[in-house]
Amino acid sequence: MRSTSSKNRTGRAARAAAAVLAGALALSLTACGGDGDDDGDEQGGSGNEETAGAVTLPKLNGESLEVAAVWSGAEQENFKKVLAEFEKRTGAKVTFVPAQDPIINFLGSKVAGGQPPDIAMLPQPGAIKQAVDKKWAKPLGADAIKELQENYSQGWQDIGKVDNKQYGVYYKAANKSLIWYNAKVFENAGASEPKTWDELLSTAQTVYDSGVTPFSVGGAEGWTLTDWFENIYLSQAGPEKYDQLAKHEIKWTDPSVKDALTALAQVWGKKDYVAGGATGALQTDFPASVTQTFTGGDQPKAGMVYEGDFAQVNIVQAKAKVGTDAKVFPFPAVGDTAPVVSGGDAAVILQDSKAAQALATWLASPDAATIQAKLGGYLSPNKNVDNSAYPNEVQQKIAKALIDSGDDFRFDMSDQAPQAFGGTPGKGEWKALQDFLKNPTDIAGTQRKLEADAAAAYGN
Amino acid sequence: MAALFLLPALVLLGALVVYPIGYSVVRSFYDQSGGGFAGFDNYEALFTDDGIRTALKNNVIWVVFAPTVATALGLIFAVLTERVRWGTAFKLVVFMPMAISMLAAGIIFRLVYDQDPDKGVANAVWVGVHDTFAQASAFPKAHPGRESPLEAAPGGGFITKATVSAGTPVVLPLVGVAPDQMPDDAKAAVQAKADPDSITGTTWQDFTRGKGVGTLGGVDASELGYAGMKIEAVKDGKVVASTKAADDGTFTLPAAAEGARLKLPADNFKEPYNGLDWLGPSLVTPSIIGSYIWMWAGFAMVLIAAGLAGIPRDLLEAARVDGANEWQVFRKVTVPLLAPVLAVVTVTLMINVLKIFDLVFIIAPGSSQDDANVLALELYRKGFSEDQPGVASAISVFLLLLVIPVMWFNIRRLRREGRR
Repeated sequence: MRSTSSKNRTGRAARAAAAVLAGALALSLTACGGDGDDDGDEQGGSGNEETAGAVTLPKLNGESLEVAAVWSGAEQENFKKVLAEFEKRTGAKVTFVPAQDPIINFLGSKVAGGQPPDIAMLPQPGAIKQAVDKKWAKPLGADAIKELQENYSQGWQDIGKVDNKQYGVYYKAANKSLIWYNAKVFENAGASEPKTWDELLSTAQTVYDSGVTPFSVGGAEGWTLTDWFENIYLSQAGPEKYDQLAKHEIKWTDPSVKDALTALAQVWGKKDYVAGGATGALQTDFPASVTQTFTGGDQPKAGMVYEGDFAQVNIVQAKAKVGTDAKVFPFPAVGDTAPVVSGGDAAVILQDSKAAQALATWLASPDAATIQAKLGGYLSPNKNVDNSAYPNEVQQKIAKALIDSGDDFRFDMSDQAPQAFGGTPGKGEWKALQDFLKNPTDIAGTQRKLEADAAAAYGN
Repeated sequence: MAALFLLPALVLLGALVVYPIGYSVVRSFYDQSGGGFAGFDNYEALFTDDGIRTALKNNVIWVVFAPTVATALGLIFAVLTERVRWGTAFKLVVFMPMAISMLAAGIIFRLVYDQDPDKGVANAVWVGVHDTFAQASAFPKAHPGRESPLEAAPGGGFITKATVSAGTPVVLPLVGVAPDQMPDDAKAAVQAKADPDSITGTTWQDFTRGKGVGTLGGVDASELGYAGMKIEAVKDGKVVASTKAADDGTFTLPAAAEGARLKLPADNFKEPYNGLDWLGPSLVTPSIIGSYIWMWAGFAMVLIAAGLAGIPRDLLEAARVDGANEWQVFRKVTVPLLAPVLAVVTVTLMINVLKIFDLVFIIAPGSSQDDANVLALELYRKGFSEDQPGVASAISVFLLLLVIPVMWFNIRRLRREGRR
């Protein structure tokens, strides 16, 4: 089309395409060949077991594994170091496969293509269940389960189970009940760390009076908004209602949801409480919402930003020091007790093999978690990870809070919901809360929309 | 023998083009899991689903505006660059965006359209232009603190709850102005002296750094006066006197203001203009079309310039000799002669625009992705994030149907051209 003069073009293009295709075929052929001898020398050198750490791993020379996860940037780099240690100890070769959100659909296309990764890191209990229902996931072997039971509290084991069978190893946890604040702003304003919701509101007012917008909200991504809601709801309505709402056993039109949205509107709906206003917040993605809180010297765009421990990665990118420039307090109690909402990524085996089982065992071990803990920006639900492994006081505090909550934590609600409701940009809960951020007076309308979307997604 | 030579091409064509199309058509008649025949359900969803309807509407906007504007701009550039000395250099610059991938261009424009005027060029320019005509006020976000003697006035601004009288200094404390936004000439606030013949008072930022409000409603040592704050005395809804605060925040009003309430009018507190909401629901599609034109105007220009080079010069000369002015030459000679090229460019761009995906996917923030939706993006969302391969296949078949007439037009034209 573009070169109307060249009659030759079609011929040339076809030849080029043929060449490219030939190359691609050759590549995929070799890939298949590589896979073929997976089970060839399984017993290779398993004679001398590794004894360096507490966890025992078989020798896996010549084995190769693929691990898929959605992590990028520093998180991915750090995880690769953990994989490298596994390679060193066992001799297996592990390749990291970068996946896209939602990972379950990414895996769907991989499984359909006959090339699933050996292990995938699934962020939601719902996704694990889906993977089991579709018969992709393979249960953990005895070694991995033993390692898991030694190191994990019952609550963390249970959310990796489907129908009483252990499928997932929660390798990574997130404490999503934290509010980060710019220490300088608080100092200038003479504000203090709040313990209750009312104190949070008066702290916000003090910060606002000092000339700084109190909150930064990353509203371009819906999940930050659902996390806000979940903390308020868990604390206000209590864990039982939280579980019911997560399973959609009570409707979103329930009065408890109304109360939570009303509380939320006290922050989102107040003029000038959200950096950039609602329209600005809706265009702020999560990393920017963190960096704008910790850049700008005495005059940052906002004084506080709500999000989980992983916000540290972005704080460091903003050249702020965690613990001195950036401090943290637990999400204040809206009801009787302060909420602990957590998230996490579970390793699930998709292609059962000795090597995959060994890797799952490795990821359940304190040795693996300690490596990444030291690198920062990471939290392990593994109770045998020494608290001193975390690089700074703040991280130690967060880790301690998570481990101390024992089995009282609740898993991120939107992560438990079906993908279409709780995890798709521009749809379901994400979109409904974005609309609510734009128009915080419309509580009843938001509830109706949430219920309609939830009913469609849960199919009840 | 011929068949043998054709075989590789046929196999490739079959495997890479015909089979996928065929399978998509088949898949579009099956339900979500691919197990059950769904008839036309997926196609019904295509025209009833709100998301898809917005996508359709946006696609129409795209197809109408993007190719025509890009072609028109390309035509203008091509004709003008023919006449300037540095034409080639100019062409090179205009063509340059074509060398960038859609993805990179998307990321660039996500920044260009950033809401924050400090980051986004578009808003920086817009705000700059706007602010030359309308100055921002000095005290945005100032508001009464706790237990303030002020309340919000109807129609904006703040007004004292009580009336004022001569001899009693008035305090007008506010909070919330960021220290770096205070006027440069603001000095430490001073408690106004009582004067039996006039109304005196102070307006200042009742906030001490690190200490909160300090003395509530009282002037503390390090608190700054609101230099230049406008103050009006209002009696029975009428302004009887007005003044401006001095650098230390003090002000004096004549005795006429006795018994009035003091008002800080709204224009003291006007928010700084923040520019347009480029990526908000209403502007997001035009904004993204703008970035598309930035990329593809160069492509149109190069093709049209090539066509232009092929126009016989003597025709233009003849028109000029006959007394046509430059506009007439352009309008009546150049454009008609270029018509075939213009058609090819427009149609090519149309095909290109029908499948637009990357720019929309990257530029539109999550919160307005729904409003910027186009068919190809909806296809992706349905297929890969909502796990609705049936509906996604139906969308792809529909897109194919849309492209076919345009393709047919283009092929026919090419064939005619070949014969000539």
